[in-house]
Amino acid sequence: MADEDVKLIDEKGIRLDGRRFDELRPISIEAGVLKRADGSAYLEWGENKVLAAVYGPREMHPRHAQNPSRAVVQARYNMAAFSVPDRKRPGPDRRSVEISKIMSEALEEIVFVEQFPRASIDVFVEVLEASAGTRCAALTAASVALADAGIPMSDIISSCAAGKIDGQIVLDLGKKEDNYGEADVPLGMVPSSGKITLLQMDGNLTLEEYKQVMELAMGACKKIYQLQRDALKRRYSTSLKNFEEMADDTEEV
Amino acid sequence: MKELISSITKDYLYRLIKDGKRLDGRGLLEHRKLDIETGWIGTAEGSARVHLGDTDVIVGVKMSTGEPFPDTPDRGVMITSAELIPMASPTYEAGPPREDATELARVVDRGIREGKVIDMTKLCIKEGEEVWLAFLDMHILDFDGNLFDACGIAAMAALLDSTVPAETFGFGEDYPLPIDHVVIPTTFYKIKEQIMLDARLEEEMISDARLTVGTNEKGEIVSMQKGLSGVFDYQDTLFCIEKSKEIGDSIRALMKK
Repeated sequence: MADEDVKLIDEKGIRLDGRRFDELRPISIEAGVLKRADGSAYLEWGENKVLAAVYGPREMHPRHAQNPSRAVVQARYNMAAFSVPDRKRPGPDRRSVEISKIMSEALEEIVFVEQFPRASIDVFVEVLEASAGTRCAALTAASVALADAGIPMSDIISSCAAGKIDGQIVLDLGKKEDNYGEADVPLGMVPSSGKITLLQMDGNLTLEEYKQVMELAMGACKKIYQLQRDALKRRYSTSLKNFEEMADDTEEV
Repeated sequence: MKELISSITKDYLYRLIKDGKRLDGRGLLEHRKLDIETGWIGTAEGSARVHLGDTDVIVGVKMSTGEPFPDTPDRGVMITSAELIPMASPTYEAGPPREDATELARVVDRGIREGKVIDMTKLCIKEGEEVWLAFLDMHILDFDGNLFDACGIAAMAALLDSTVPAETFGFGEDYPLPIDHVVIPTTFYKIKEQIMLDARLEEEMISDARLTVGTNEKGEIVSMQKGLSGVFDYQDTLFCIEKSKEIGDSIRALMKK
């Protein structure tokens, strides 16, 4: 994977996009951005733009996939045709099917699925622009959308990747770093309890390096967790404000 | 699965419409708030996100090179597709495009193709061998009625925003996608003998008939599509065309900004 021609970190330890080894790309999250969906979230993470929507709990289709004792969380990760430099053919490919599966499994851990037998909780994530780390962005946005939909859940999942480039352990790999780096480890976890709900790895790491990678990624998840909570708080403080304004208006009448 | 509307809402809408009124207080020939944002998908050659009230769509243009069609060896190729993704409505399902998505893509395609919006001769690289292919992908994010206008406007705005990525493909310098005309579709809905513009979801659901008219900046009609099982009479169509020019001009003016 490593390419000698591409230098990803300079002598001062600065990466191609100007970040230090332990810096995240800028992240912004907004909850409640769609009208039809029961819950939604829009997230920008560096150049990544993802939108998540939640429908449910609702009747599960196909029927034979219903679980008589609990709800099923069905996540669908989908990339827009224009989200990548070479147009992607619309529809699921093997990669998005795999990501959808591990996202569903991760989210099922936090949702109180036993409260909704036979039901389905559908999570749709659309990647509108992709620039490395979309599965972490997708899972982070999906958690906020689930909370925005008022789905009973124990906590939210935060997700971030760390890896190795030019022999150095770094946080949140960018596009070039992902292509030319030596290892990438996407992590999804519940920061308050330390539960790991998603973990993948590709490349080459020693145990020592793995420890460093996880330390960085887990630390970042805590920061992202705060951003997710802030987005939800903003969402509910605005609705509260609107409600109060409505109440004021009524009094005047 | 189909969109559902309660009888009480239906009756209320009919009563309003009889007096020429609408659910959100708009006039019959008034658009919802239209918001056009271009260029925010960095990976696309051109893009536009359009909010028409709560209807939310995004159109991205991607370009690559390929073989021309044998009957047009000196012209580029445009391929349009629409995805009604399950994010946008509880009734949409994942999977290959169904007939409503296909009609939408074809109506938007027709406006651009028949309106000769793109100068396809300038998209020829080597006659009979290699030309530019322009992929127009429409992504519906939130469905609150009238996708035809939202997507048609977004497609036009995305094309105006597009750059031919010649440098990436080794054909000299990038240049703006050559645009000759600006075609805007306007869609009219007929409910109980009343004609209204830009239906939101509830209105669209009780519509008897639908007519989309695409006009260019000269006021010429370039495409039409009648939908749903109700009917228009000849006078209705004249009325819609007349209004389509007017409304099209106001949206074209908005796009220039």
